[in-house]
Amino acid sequence: MTAMVKAEGVHKSFGPAHVLKGVDLEVAPREVFCVVGPSGSGKSTFLRCINHLEKINAGRLYVDGHLVGYRQHGNKLHELKDKEVAAQRRDIGMVFQRFNLFPHMTALENVMEAPVQVKRESKATARERAMRLLDRVGLADKAGGYPTQLSGGQQQRVAIARALAMEPKLMLFDEPTSALDPELVGEVLDVMRDLAESGMTMLVVTHEMGFAREVGDALVFMDDGAVVESGHPRDVLTNPQHQRTKTFLSKVL
Amino acid sequence: MTDPTSPGPADKQPAGPGPSKSGTATAVPPEAIRAIPVRHPLRWVSAAVVLALLGLLVYAFANADIEWGDVPEYLFADRVIEAAGKTLLVTVLAMLLGVVLGIVLAIMRLSDNPVTSAFANLYIWFFRGTPVLLQLLLWYNLGLVFQTLNLGPFYKNEMTDVMTPFMAALLGLGLNEAAYMAEIVRAGIQSVDEGQTEASHALGMSQGKTMRRIVLPQAMRVIVPPTGNEFINMLKTSSLAMVIQYTELTFVATEISTTRLNPMEMYIVVAIWYLAMTSVFSVIQYYIERHYAKGSVRQLPPTPWQKIRRSVFSGPRLMGTR
Ligand SMILES: Nc1ncnc2c1ncn2[C@@H]1O[C@H](COP(=O)(O)OP(=O)(O)OP(=O)(O)O)[C@@H](O)[C@H]1O
Ligand SMILES: [Mg+2]
Repeated sequence: MTAMVKAEGVHKSFGPAHVLKGVDLEVAPREVFCVVGPSGSGKSTFLRCINHLEKINAGRLYVDGHLVGYRQHGNKLHELKDKEVAAQRRDIGMVFQRFNLFPHMTALENVMEAPVQVKRESKATARERAMRLLDRVGLADKAGGYPTQLSGGQQQRVAIARALAMEPKLMLFDEPTSALDPELVGEVLDVMRDLAESGMTMLVVTHEMGFAREVGDALVFMDDGAVVESGHPRDVLTNPQHQRTKTFLSKVL
Repeated sequence: MTDPTSPGPADKQPAGPGPSKSGTATAVPPEAIRAIPVRHPLRWVSAAVVLALLGLLVYAFANADIEWGDVPEYLFADRVIEAAGKTLLVTVLAMLLGVVLGIVLAIMRLSDNPVTSAFANLYIWFFRGTPVLLQLLLWYNLGLVFQTLNLGPFYKNEMTDVMTPFMAALLGLGLNEAAYMAEIVRAGIQSVDEGQTEASHALGMSQGKTMRRIVLPQAMRVIVPPTGNEFINMLKTSSLAMVIQYTELTFVATEISTTRLNPMEMYIVVAIWYLAMTSVFSVIQYYIERHYAKGSVRQLPPTPWQKIRRSVFSGPRLMGTR
């Protein structure tokens, strides 16, 4: 079975700042894969490389067996055209820490936008699926509301519905609950738990250790641009092997 | 020792009726405040001074050597109405040219391609750096350096036939405007959060779609107000086109006054026209701004009509609460 995500020695620098220093990992299909680590360790950067929002400087990144952002001929890499990169991104949903809903559109329009504009779906089809998805995240009654009229938790649930509207085979979550008030975290995690049960492959950067332990199938601890320790969440979280992992966990648990 | 009437912690609660939400039936509505407003004697003095000055001005004009009868006579004269139409026409078209070209220039300026961004910078540098009056004269006299306009198999004509006063005015005003609009649009585009572009790209939307569907509509909130000002400026700047024989309001007023020898009367007529047009566009601008505020504010500001209705039907306000 091909891995859904496969990273081999991924390096990324911003000018002089060497942010990713050889990341290796593999996410199996239908797996909930959690990434934890201190601030600045490169978690977001790695996630953004997976859908080519950032270009990697060295190594290889595959999604569902396809090289991300490049085509390989012999041992030469060719950059993909903008259109081809956009096509690759359709299959990868992304949920951001700060929601990034389109503020000039209602919740329903947010969810309909990409299917209509990118997949050229008819408005009726897109609307029907959008309503179904909003219902699934418990927001059917907010379909006509603008993002500013929604709470943070509601905005993030709309954002999840928006990503799901493209029927992705992989969902990336970048700290989806860390911009939320504590009492709103639960409603977003519920939606993610439901999504995990439906068999979606999920790569989740999170500080919610409870969620990782309960829902996660695999977990890596990242520090300073590399994977320090990986394994089943239960094992890594309760019985960390490395000193850096222990120090980090003692601070967040 | 503890006097039951002394303020204790219990008195921190509002005395008497509790919060009205609790619905205790005995609650008496709080008494409305009827305070005597603060006096502002200086306001009266300054108002009196302003009114006195205004009175002097009116008196001066009433006693000036002005044929007031000419004003209503020429206000709706055919030539004047036609000239007002031409002013409006060249303003709208030049503005349209300026907006479209301005968007293109702004995107060019922000592009990663050094050649296109350098071109946009050069364009803006030239058109902002020279007087618009000069630019009008340059376009109008283009026939002196290019005798014919030759667009290969599509079009060929004498330049003097092509560069009519209207065309020269349109190009002169529109291309100049584009330089200013480019800066306004650029500021608008840059005001949109980068997360918006990322979210759009992450959904698989192309660069062009992202710009058209996500970035520009949000940039409009920043772009529209200064564009409204540009439009009103353009209405007035179009009067410069009189120097290239474009028969707009100021040109026609001057022309009529040379035969009737009533320049002041004619200039008052066109001033009324300009004021009327700028006033109408200020109202239109308000509605356009309201449209693009959608989603950025929780509650749209009321339209003037809604404001009137609200203040009429909500009953008299208490004095001194403003
Ligand atoms: N566009 C950029 N330009 C320059 N440096 C960047 C850029 N993006 C990220 N960095 C740097 O890369 C490092 C890793 O950032 P990243 O956002 O990936 O960390 P993170 O693990 O997600 O942290 P957090 O938990 O705070 O979100 C940081 O030091 C950051 O300053
Ligand atoms: Mg991050």
